[in-house]
Amino acid sequence: MSSSMLIKAVGAALLVLLAAAAPAYLSSYDLSLTGRFLALSLTAMGLVLIWGQGGILSLGQGVFFGLGGYVLAMHLKLVGLETGEVMPDFMVWSGVKALPWWWEVFRNPLVMILGVLIVPALVAAAFGWLVFRRRIGGVYFALITQALALAFATLLISQQAMTGGFNGLTNYKTLFGFNLNDETVSHGLYWATLAIVVVALICGTLLLNSSFGKILRATRDNTNRVRFLGYDPTPYKIVTFSVAAMFAGLSGALFALHAGVISPALIGVVPSIEMVIWAAVGGRTSLIGAVAGALLVNFAKDKISTELPAFWLYMLGGMFILVVTVLPKGLAGMFPEGGFKLPALSGRAAKAVS
Amino acid sequence: MDIGFLIGQIFNGLSVGSIYILAALGLALSFGLMRVINMAHGEIVMFGGYVAYLTIKVVPGPLGIPAAMLAALVVGGVLGAVLETTIVRRLAERPLETLLATWGVSLIAQQAARDLFGATGVSVTAPPWMAGAIDIGGQSMPVTRLFIMLVAGLALGALALLLTKTRIGLLVRAANQDRATAAAIGVNVRHVDMFVFALGSGVAGLAGVILALLGPVTPTVGQSYIVTAFLVVILGGLGSIAGTAIAAILIGLVSALAQIFVDVSFSTVITLLFVILFLQFRPQGVVAVRSRALDD
Repeated sequence: MSSSMLIKAVGAALLVLLAAAAPAYLSSYDLSLTGRFLALSLTAMGLVLIWGQGGILSLGQGVFFGLGGYVLAMHLKLVGLETGEVMPDFMVWSGVKALPWWWEVFRNPLVMILGVLIVPALVAAAFGWLVFRRRIGGVYFALITQALALAFATLLISQQAMTGGFNGLTNYKTLFGFNLNDETVSHGLYWATLAIVVVALICGTLLLNSSFGKILRATRDNTNRVRFLGYDPTPYKIVTFSVAAMFAGLSGALFALHAGVISPALIGVVPSIEMVIWAAVGGRTSLIGAVAGALLVNFAKDKISTELPAFWLYMLGGMFILVVTVLPKGLAGMFPEGGFKLPALSGRAAKAVS
Repeated sequence: MDIGFLIGQIFNGLSVGSIYILAALGLALSFGLMRVINMAHGEIVMFGGYVAYLTIKVVPGPLGIPAAMLAALVVGGVLGAVLETTIVRRLAERPLETLLATWGVSLIAQQAARDLFGATGVSVTAPPWMAGAIDIGGQSMPVTRLFIMLVAGLALGALALLLTKTRIGLLVRAANQDRATAAAIGVNVRHVDMFVFALGSGVAGLAGVILALLGPVTPTVGQSYIVTAFLVVILGGLGSIAGTAIAAILIGLVSALAQIFVDVSFSTVITLLFVILFLQFRPQGVVAVRSRALDD
């Protein structure tokens, strides 16, 4: 192991320890925010994969975030029913006769966990297959995914009787038998989220360091050249988009647990494009940057929008402009060793390249 | 099904399509030329609506609407030119970055409108001559909607004339066909870019006046139309004016006819499905530019 790798490993271990000890030194309010934003960072990591590394900008990640969140929320609503109740209260009020099957399946906790991971990935794979197969990419893809976010949010709002409409699904009680309002459970939830984020970071890094990651980056930099070399870029794009969707789905489910709500307001056109800024601020090609970006932007949003609500939108708008004009590499670009840069070539090799 | 109702829905589809023509024309023009999409285009539409509101306060009476249209055209054009020179030009080679930067502009513009005019929105009262309805073949057609179609038709015609019959149109077409060659023989493509961007933004301002006649002008009025206008551009094919017009009418009709069978929210989903399915057969849109280039 080289010394720089050792430094990195020690640094990473310290960072994880520091994060794991957070319940000891953060107020319960800040801790709950940190947990929430760590959950969101999974969505940003997904965007690093598809956008930063794959070069495909998706403005519809909210759809997958929402699918994961709603699958979990449906489970929580069903296990939270009092004895004698057969369906959540808003369905009763809307005059729904019987619980629809796509609610019923998620009553089982194992099906729910599988659903959180697989439903968003499947939807992304189907959508990606339709679109990437016809070589639709770039701006076209970004705008079509944006329309997807609009359609999904509109649909959720309009199907009040089945989805809870504008208010979404809220007021959860227990998960796997744990009382979600208990303080020790909320600490456990924080650690679970942190563990999932660390595992996702490791998996993402492994994926990007594999030959799959190499071809993905090659596709980003020159799709035609990749084709001429005999690779079909389409499966790489579909798989990456599905993995990004899986990350977003997991993110949505964890967020719903932390925040106690999932609703269309969290997943429409505007929130979906806000997710991109998390990845952009952190540095679009860096997974750890995505975590930093998600935490930073959301803490800033929390602090600023409570003090000066109007100012936050100006700031967010300014951030979009600055991050593409002045700071395209984001926070990660400020650290020479950060991100996914190849190790710097030394001495003669560097001269030969330049 | 009642045939009158069907005709009514077709009429609705045509008039919604006309709004999409006005909202998408500018997008399509600059997309064809520079391959960039201006996400703040909807906010130029929105400012066009506020310009209508202000103009009608200054110029009441029958001349109010024409004056507002002229003012919105100019204001939209100026806003577009400023946006092009300050942001879009700097990101010319990176279309996805342009998308994000102009989204930032749109957020700022929306908040600015909220601070200037309030969040609830302002209304423009349509002049009396626009109030009634005309009876065509047993169907009563509201004059406002006929007026919208007329404006969209005139805007299309004027643009077509401008692009095919004038010298500036010749330069635009040259830059559109082959940027590098046009630049090499002395066309100032940067000026062409700015002109086209300003022109398209002017049309967006015009669309804002039209929207102001249909309902209250709010800070987010542009955003509610713009996502569909983006779909129109995609469906239309690389910046073709004819393609954009056909795509706008198609999308207007699909969404209006879908509403016969399903509610409005499902018609959004059906419209999107329609676009995705259409692209399965014609990935380059309604009007495909024949080219042997690998990337377009």
